[in-house]
This record gives sequence, structure tokens and C-alpha cells, in this order.
Amino acid sequence: MSERKIRVLVAKPGLDGHDRGAKVIARALRDAGMEVIYTGLRQTPEMIAAAALQEDVDAVGVSILSGAHNTLCPRIVQLLREKGMDDCLVLLGGIVPQEDVAKLKAEGVAEVFLPGTSTEDIVKFLRDNVKPRG
Amino acid sequence: MPHTKELNSQAETDRERWESETLKPVLDSHPERKKSFENVSLEAVERLYTPADIASQDFSEDIGFPGEFPYTRGIHPTGYRGKLWTMRQFAGFSTPEETNARFKYLLEQGQTGLSVAYDLPTLMGYDADSPLSEGEVGKCGVAVSSLADMEVLFNGIPLEQVTVSQTINAPASVLLAMYLVVAEKQGADWKKISGTLQNDILKEYIAQKEWIYPIRPAMKLVIDTFEFCTNKVPRYNPVSVSGYHIREAGATAVQELAFTLRDGLEYVEWGVKAGLDLDKFVPRISFFFNAHNDFFEEIAKYRAARRIWAREMRERFGSTNERTLKMRFHTQTAGVSLTVQQPLNNIVRVAIQALAGVLGGTQSLHTDAYDEALALPTDRAALIALRTQQIIAEETGVANTIDPLGGSYFVEALTEKMEDRTLDYFRKIDSMGGMVAAIEKGFPQREIQDSAYQYQKAVERGDQVIVGVNKYEMTDEPGAVPILVIDESVRDHQVERLQQTRDRRDAGAVANALEKLKRAAEKAENTMPATIEAVRVYATLGEICSALRDVYGVYEEPAF
Repeated sequence: MSERKIRVLVAKPGLDGHDRGAKVIARALRDAGMEVIYTGLRQTPEMIAAAALQEDVDAVGVSILSGAHNTLCPRIVQLLREKGMDDCLVLLGGIVPQEDVAKLKAEGVAEVFLPGTSTEDIVKFLRDNVKPRG
Repeated sequence: MPHTKELNSQAETDRERWESETLKPVLDSHPERKKSFENVSLEAVERLYTPADIASQDFSEDIGFPGEFPYTRGIHPTGYRGKLWTMRQFAGFSTPEETNARFKYLLEQGQTGLSVAYDLPTLMGYDADSPLSEGEVGKCGVAVSSLADMEVLFNGIPLEQVTVSQTINAPASVLLAMYLVVAEKQGADWKKISGTLQNDILKEYIAQKEWIYPIRPAMKLVIDTFEFCTNKVPRYNPVSVSGYHIREAGATAVQELAFTLRDGLEYVEWGVKAGLDLDKFVPRISFFFNAHNDFFEEIAKYRAARRIWAREMRERFGSTNERTLKMRFHTQTAGVSLTVQQPLNNIVRVAIQALAGVLGGTQSLHTDAYDEALALPTDRAALIALRTQQIIAEETGVANTIDPLGGSYFVEALTEKMEDRTLDYFRKIDSMGGMVAAIEKGFPQREIQDSAYQYQKAVERGDQVIVGVNKYEMTDEPGAVPILVIDESVRDHQVERLQQTRDRRDAGAVANALEKLKRAAEKAENTMPATIEAVRVYATLGEICSALRDVYGVYEEPAF
């Protein structure tokens, strides 16, 4: 039996429409053999958490370039945990000041990928950190 | 033309001789650095360009003189010797009070025009107190929910004298209405005020993705502003057809050029179909391009843009009016090229990109601040960006002569190639039934996504170098630069003024005005007069957009 593929929800919360990064990441993860679901634009944290549960994903990759990450990310983490998705990783990519990174990690964001990150690093992070399922 | 053919074959013979006698021995002993050389659009660039590369071009027909058809060398007979480009720095953040202060500061420092950046709730037609606005108020631009905010934003700035550009699209007609009412309250004459509304909804569906209504009613709103401005605000540019965002989303230079110009043609077609007089409204259509890293490709792009537009206006629409044929454009340096790593390097990138815009003959220019990959610019970073333009204008000497790169074998060959490739895209889009139909099919969207992905792969292979990111990285970077932080209290401040506005206004008048607007939209009448009336009685942006949403519905992007 083949190994279960890593499943990732690529999500774009908030009002921002800059989806270049989200779409490039979605395609790179697919090319790396993962199953990727892209939410489309302007999803609320509630919609994202519901989609993550329904799609039974291993990780949620959130793309935010507008500066709204401090409001949106902790809420996504909290909603996932409330739904019992304790192992679901939340990754953030976008324009995030260094000062916010530690705070976001303390609030449950697994990793923050800043501009200039290689898609290969993101693939590797997911392979290293997604917990194998029994 | 036997004469040209003779010249052409002579040029080719000369080139072949150089290749065998001079080049080959050197290549045999010292191979070049790379097998092939590609620009930032991943297009091959040849070793050398010679007269053979431009043999098919005719000086007077294709290159010509500035101020004359086909305007390859610029639209002004005096270039920048008559008037320099307008230095127009895009600014907007936090509250209208804060942005008003930044505007005044920039004007004091010698900036010659204003350009407003609105925050995301404003761009999407939501008020500051909408639940969807949480975390976003004043972050990416200034927050404006009603005329009360607009009055503060332009307090003490005489709109009859200063030209203002507004980056607003889906709700553009509402912000235009607010602007006109503020101008009127200042005592300004609408016939005298000048400025630009971005109002380019097509590129929203293609690239920037700040839409509200479905595409066809959204186009109708754009045409309403064309008609209204032509009659009532004749010196105002009601649209700035924008390649900037198309490029930022990952397009190549050719794709930026082709999709933007085809968008422009689409607006002209819709305007003509609505019965507008071609030579009255087209001269007020302006354009907006990116200035990316590849210096010569960008210059060729601007020169090709003018030539293609002039030819299309003449051939497609049969215009002979000089003002219709002349393309005017704004340029902004490429935000996407700025790096978080070693951010001071961005000052250099911006200077070179800005120089390309100037050598391409831009009418106005925004130079990005070095800290914009991190956040909105601080005062200090914004000032250096403005000074960069002033140094180019006053110190480098590039504004002394017109189109200094005209006649360069490389630049002319590249200009022609970009024109040819753009016309290929035009044929494809025309065969789909025009740009609206092509967007509905997802064509430009897919083309751009593909290019973005190919570019990312090229960066990761190291084929495209980004200094400080995939080459010359530093693990221990010199001191961090200070960044601008927008406090969450901005939302409270804006919500408070919104509440006061709602309390003070005549609720009956607002309800009536919104009802009238809906009726105008339902009957496909021009919506501008009713929008202005609604704004005047302090109906909010969110209320007006919501009324139009009731009539038009909302856009849902299909999966492409």
C-alpha cells in the first residue's frame, strides 16, 4: 500500500487579493506530490477551519500580505484546535515583521515563511513535520 | 524596396564576417559565462544587435520624431526639456488625518502631485465598522468610509491646483463622487480640476482581484464615469489602465504590455458602443506601467506601448485626432522586486528602475521606498524615494535630450519584438471575443500564473539572481531598518467618526438617495448623478456598494 499523501489546505484569509504567492505554493506542493486544496480568496478563519476539517488536511498554509496576520492567524489556530485538529500544522507565508514571528509561534503557528523563501524549503518543512498517521 | 534589401544583406554579410574572423577565435579559447542569456521575463537576449536586426524598420514610419505619429519617441516635441515628469508618490495609511499630514509633508518637499492609497476595506467597498474589516483598517492605505473622511483627507489641499490620483477600482465611482463633492465644498470648479481615477476593473479580474460586482455591470459603472467626466469634469482622467498589477502578479513584460493595451481597447470599444464620442473620451484614458529590473526591456516596453496604441487608435477605430492617438502613462517601480533581505539594496534597484521609466518617457513616476517589502514606508524611506527622482531629474543629465536610446540597434529591435508579440496576443484575445470574454475564460489569469511559476523555478535554480536572496546572502545582516506599524486603534478612531456621521445625518435623505441609486442601476441609467447625491447626504461607502450589490450581485471567481 502506498504511503498516504500529505494533504495541505492553501488558504487566503482577509480582504487582500494578492494571490501570486498562494498559487505558486499550491502548484509547487502539488509538483512535490502533495494533495493541495486552494480555498480561493477572502475566506474567514471560520471558513478556513471548516474546510480544513472537511478535507482532513495535515496542514493549513495561510498567505497574508496585508498586515492582518496578528488578527487572523491565532484565530485559525484556535478554531482548528476547537475542532480537535491538534496535529494540523498552521504555516504562514507573507509579509510579516520579525517582531511578530515569535509571538505568532507562541500562539501556535508552526512556522512563518518570509519573502525569499524557496518552495523547496516549504516542501521539506512539511515532510519533516507532518505527523505520520496510524 | 531593393535598396533596403541590399543594405540588409550587406549588414548580414558584415556580421557573418565579424563572427568568423573576430568572435569565433575568442569563443573557442574563452567560452562565455553562460550558454544562453535570459532577461527577467525569461526571454533570450542575443550577444549583439546590429543594423541587420532593425533592417525591416523604417525610420519615419516606425521610429520618427517626438510629438509625431507613431509617438515611439514620446508624445511631447520637447521631451523633458519642456516639463519634467510629475513626481507623484503613492501614499496612504492609517487615518485620514495621518495621510493628510503625509501629503502636506510630501508637497513641502517638492513633490508635484498626490496619489492616494486606500486601505483594503475601502478598496472592497466595506465600511470600517464591517466585521470583514477587522484587522485591515488603515493597514494598506488610508481608511475612507464616507464623505466625512474624505473632507479630512483633503483638508487644506486645494483640489483646483493639485492633481490627485486615486487608486480605487471596484468602488471607484463612489470615491470619485466623494472627491467631487469635497472639491465643490472647497469652491473648486469641476471644469478646472484634474487628476486620475484608477477605475481599471478589468485588471482586477485579471490580477489584483479587488472586485465587487460581476464583470459586465462593473464595466457599465466604468463607462458611467467616462460619460460623466467627459461632460462635467473634462480635465479629469476617469481611468488609468494598469499593467502594474498584472506585472506584479507574475506576468512577463510582454504579457503586461499586451493585456494592458488590450484592456484599454476594450474600454474604448465599450465606450463607443455606449454612444460616447471617441475623440472626446479616449484622450482622457491614461495608462500605468510597472518599471521592473530588466532595464532595456522596460524601455522598449514603454516605447512599444505608445506606438501600438497610436496604431490601434488609427487602424481599429479610425481616429486621426492627435490627442486620441497619444498614450500618456504613469510608471511605478516594481514592488515585487524589492527584498526583505538587506533592504537598503532596494534604494539601488528603485533608482535603476526609475531611470528606465524616465528613458521610456513616462509622464509621471512613483518610486518605491526601500522598506516597502517590510511594511508601508516610514517618512524617511518615503523621502529617499522622492529624492531618487530628483537626483535623476537634476543631476544625471538624462532629461536633457529626447529619447536618448532611440536608434539603438538593441532597443529598436526589442521595441519591435514587443510590438509583434503584443499583436499576437491581441489576435488571440480578439478571436475569443474580446477581453471580457477572455477573462471569463480565465485566459490572461492562466498565462500570468504560468509565468509566475516559471520565474519562481528559475530563481530556485539560480538562473535568475536576486542579490541578497539567492546570491550574496548574509546570515548576519547589518542593523534592521525601522518600520511603520499601524495600530489597531486606527479602527476605533474610524468607527467613532463613522458613528458620529451616522448619528448626525438625515436618515430619510440617505434612504431616499440609496433608493434612487438602485433605480438608476436597475434602469441602466448613468449611476454617477445618484451616487453623488448619496455621497452628499453622507451615505457611507459600504451602504452605497451594498445598494449596488443588491442590483448587480457579486463576482465569484471560478477555479482556473
